[in-house]
Amino acid sequence: MAAAPSSAEREAVDAFLGSLPAPAASGPPPRHLLLPALHALVDAIGWISEGGLNHVCERFGVPPAEAYGVASFYALLPTGPRAPVVIHACDDIACRMAGADRVVAVLEEVLGPAGGTDAVTWLPSPCVGACDRAPAAFIQRTNAENATVDGLAPGLPVERLLADLAGREGTDLAIPLRSGSVRIPQIEDGSTELRLLRRIGRLDPARLDDYQAAGGYEALRRAFDLGPEGVVREVSDSRLLGRGGAAFPAGRKWAAVATAPARPHYLVCNADESEPGTFKDRALMEEDPFALVEAMTIAGYATGCETSYLYVRGEYPTATARLEHAIAECRRQGLLGRDVMGAGFDFDIEIRRGGGAYICGEETALFNSIEGFRGEPRNKPPFPTDRGLFGKPTLVNNVETLINVLDIVLEGGPAFAGVGTEASTGTKLFCVSGSVARPGLYEVVFGVTLGELLELAGGVSGGRPRAILLGGAAGTFVPPDRLDIPLTFEGTRAAGASLGSGVVMVFGEAADMNDIVLRIAAFFRHESCGQCVPCRVGTVRQEEALRRFIGGEDEAGLLDEIGRAMGDASICGLGHTAALAARSAISLGLIGNGDRR
Amino acid sequence: MSVARGSTVRSVTIAVDGHDVTVPEGSTILAACREAGIPTPTLCFLETLTPVNTCRVCVVELEGSRALVPACSRRAEAGMVVSTDSERVRHSRKMVLEFLGSSVDLSLADEEIRQWMHEYRADPARYGSRAETVAQPPKVQDELYIRDYEKCILCYKCVQACGVEAQNTFAIAVAGRGFDARISTEFDVTLPDSACVYCGNCIGVCPTGALVFKTEFDMRREGTWDESRQSVTRTICSYCGVGCNLDLHVQDNRIVKVTSPLDHDVTSGHLCIKGRFGWRHVQAGLDEPEAEEG
Ligand SMILES: Cc1cc2nc3c(=O)[nH]c(=O)nc-3n(C[C@H](O)[C@H](O)[C@H](O)COP(=O)(O)O)c2cc1C
Ligand code: SF4
Ligand code: SF4
Ligand code: SF4
Ligand code: FES
Ligand code: FES
Repeated sequence: MAAAPSSAEREAVDAFLGSLPAPAASGPPPRHLLLPALHALVDAIGWISEGGLNHVCERFGVPPAEAYGVASFYALLPTGPRAPVVIHACDDIACRMAGADRVVAVLEEVLGPAGGTDAVTWLPSPCVGACDRAPAAFIQRTNAENATVDGLAPGLPVERLLADLAGREGTDLAIPLRSGSVRIPQIEDGSTELRLLRRIGRLDPARLDDYQAAGGYEALRRAFDLGPEGVVREVSDSRLLGRGGAAFPAGRKWAAVATAPARPHYLVCNADESEPGTFKDRALMEEDPFALVEAMTIAGYATGCETSYLYVRGEYPTATARLEHAIAECRRQGLLGRDVMGAGFDFDIEIRRGGGAYICGEETALFNSIEGFRGEPRNKPPFPTDRGLFGKPTLVNNVETLINVLDIVLEGGPAFAGVGTEASTGTKLFCVSGSVARPGLYEVVFGVTLGELLELAGGVSGGRPRAILLGGAAGTFVPPDRLDIPLTFEGTRAAGASLGSGVVMVFGEAADMNDIVLRIAAFFRHESCGQCVPCRVGTVRQEEALRRFIGGEDEAGLLDEIGRAMGDASICGLGHTAALAARSAISLGLIGNGDRR
Repeated sequence: MSVARGSTVRSVTIAVDGHDVTVPEGSTILAACREAGIPTPTLCFLETLTPVNTCRVCVVELEGSRALVPACSRRAEAGMVVSTDSERVRHSRKMVLEFLGSSVDLSLADEEIRQWMHEYRADPARYGSRAETVAQPPKVQDELYIRDYEKCILCYKCVQACGVEAQNTFAIAVAGRGFDARISTEFDVTLPDSACVYCGNCIGVCPTGALVFKTEFDMRREGTWDESRQSVTRTICSYCGVGCNLDLHVQDNRIVKVTSPLDHDVTSGHLCIKGRFGWRHVQAGLDEPEAEEG
């Protein structure tokens, strides 16, 4: 007998579906609204019950087994009873170094074991994108705003937070739940060289007129003058490389989508930012949301897209709210929707919230997630530019990549290409965290060395670093004698590393490298989608073998064998990179030999 | 997947292990390997289903590609240069087999899986006795068939057979993530409580014995299952007019399971509850003392 929904569950789902603009045709809502509907249920009820899921399935005409498969894929969509307030306490790399274990100890002592069903509970979490203010947590609440809290130094702040969460309802809290913004020390210093970050801190992210007064929407006007082909040409000439991690030439993708014969074309902005150590897109979205809206509009214009999706990490509620506001403002001012700026071009943006799954940042997993399926990557080819979202030609770009387009259009591709190095043009955002004096987000011209960046960040705290992790969990460790590495795509590649998403995490003398590397292995195991054998089982075997290796057993050979198979035979980049950090840690002698420091 | 026959079909030539192989345009590298007589292990691939390319045991080396590629789904393109027996290929195939062998109970898996284990020198034991596995009790929820998921390699075939590719019932799907990913009904409700219509098509495609007839499951437990004493008789199902082929597996004058040939042009191996399990009623009539249970 199918379980019936409670009236609250029914109402939550129906209210969400009813709030949507009336669909053109009657019948069930399109499947791409499934994930938003599941979010609506969890936002209102706290978890997904059999009855609640049945109601969603009835409305969508989706089989319950399939919808359960979708919901159970996401960490933020619990399919069992869950407390109305959940503290997702980050115990990932940067937070571990900043005392996350003690935060967790307090939570456990006060709230009991993880995953309870009483008023407030906690769960360990992978990086929540606030590594510059570690230790941090993401707070998920039923019928109240979600938020990140940071600087949870062990002791007072955690306890105050708990007292607050337990003692009050709704949003009336003594500590404002929204944390501080991403730290951008260069802005505090009044640096004038910033390009991507130049508006941040100078304007109100809620005000379109502020943005326009600062030169906003001049780039779109210029784009309309250039025409679609002209814009694509400038982007190609800029030699801009994608900033999401794969460093693919943006111009090649734009040209491919612009000229793809199949219609419609889709634009997807990848704002899922979940690589441990990364918080750059968060800063751009929270502090300069109109810039992203404008950049997406230009991308849609140049490549012939009328519909676009902005997939924001589920743990980024502030970014989501500010973008929602910005999109609504732009619609009101004729900058989105029908006939944008009277240029005869229709374009709009739909926001999608991620559900707590790192793998959904992989572009094809992202498409499946938007389409209402499990976030499992697809085999490539076909590539997104050929058959992407809904099987149509799709341009997918990272937030930072798109923001660069504003300057490219304004100053011209060749001028942009004049900044930086021959192969890495423009500037790059770096997320610096760990053992440095001034952690935060930095923007530097390509060509600056690792040592120079660390100097900018006030130097390594506590003397010489043991190692630096470049590129996040999917990256590699480099030794402290390689501070001369130029932070360019070609420079890091030559050094056997990669820039990835711009993570620079510093490990000081006191860092427990065994613990860090095990955490990275656990991360991949936890975030593997589970689809392919090399990664689903390989990430588990890797973690087990690492444990033995660290315990003094001779498992380096086996780890190498596991790593090679994951790198060679996995479907997607998660499996391909899941062994890199551990293998580099072993080859640098950072872990093992029973070293339990 | 099937390539239209006729004079208009173009062909492509690729090099496999140094030999030119010509296949119709649209064929996979796997088809080319088979054309060239090169044995290629496959687990999640089945001629009658769209490739999901998740097991990765069929990977080959493709010149110009950084990672290995799945032979079962990658289309042959003119000029491709493929190696099927390089050290990298052998290594990945070995590791896939070891990963499965060390985490899943393969004791009832198709014989060829064990042959590949041998061929690629897979040694699942080297991960130690504490290697994590998917061990769990079998789901015995009705009298028709058993789901014994500690034998599941997550090849997705049953999900495909239950879904758009054959049955259109969608009683089961993949749930969870990572090593916790599993085949499940919604909220793991029992099969009788799910949408399952007991067509048994999932049993028909399962390569590892994770899905088995209750008869076989019981007989194996009792130690009476003996394939050497079984004969297979082909008949045409008489329940309706479609004309599905049935293979009746008979041991000691009792039907012990029913399969359907994959290459049958009507069914592609798929049946309905009557063809798959209707014999139980016939059987109940034959076996006087054993009354039919619920
Ligand atoms: C496991 C995995 C996670 C990823 N996560 C992100 C992400 O959070 N944000 C992002 O922009 N790209 C991510 N990517 C890269 C995307 O697949 C894709 O290359 C990128 O969005 C393309 O945009 P770009 O060319 O502008 O960099 C990820 C890739 C993998 C394999
Ligand atoms: S490599 Fe990992 S994350 Fe990628 S498809 Fe395979 S199992 Fe999923
Ligand atoms: S018996 Fe048929 S309906 Fe039931 S799970 Fe298997 S394929 Fe689906
Ligand atoms: S139960 Fe059988 S058919 Fe289904 S996924 Fe597992 S091994 Fe494959
Ligand atoms: S926020 Fe904790 S490691 Fe990034
Ligand atoms: S048979 Fe090709 S990936 Fe499974």
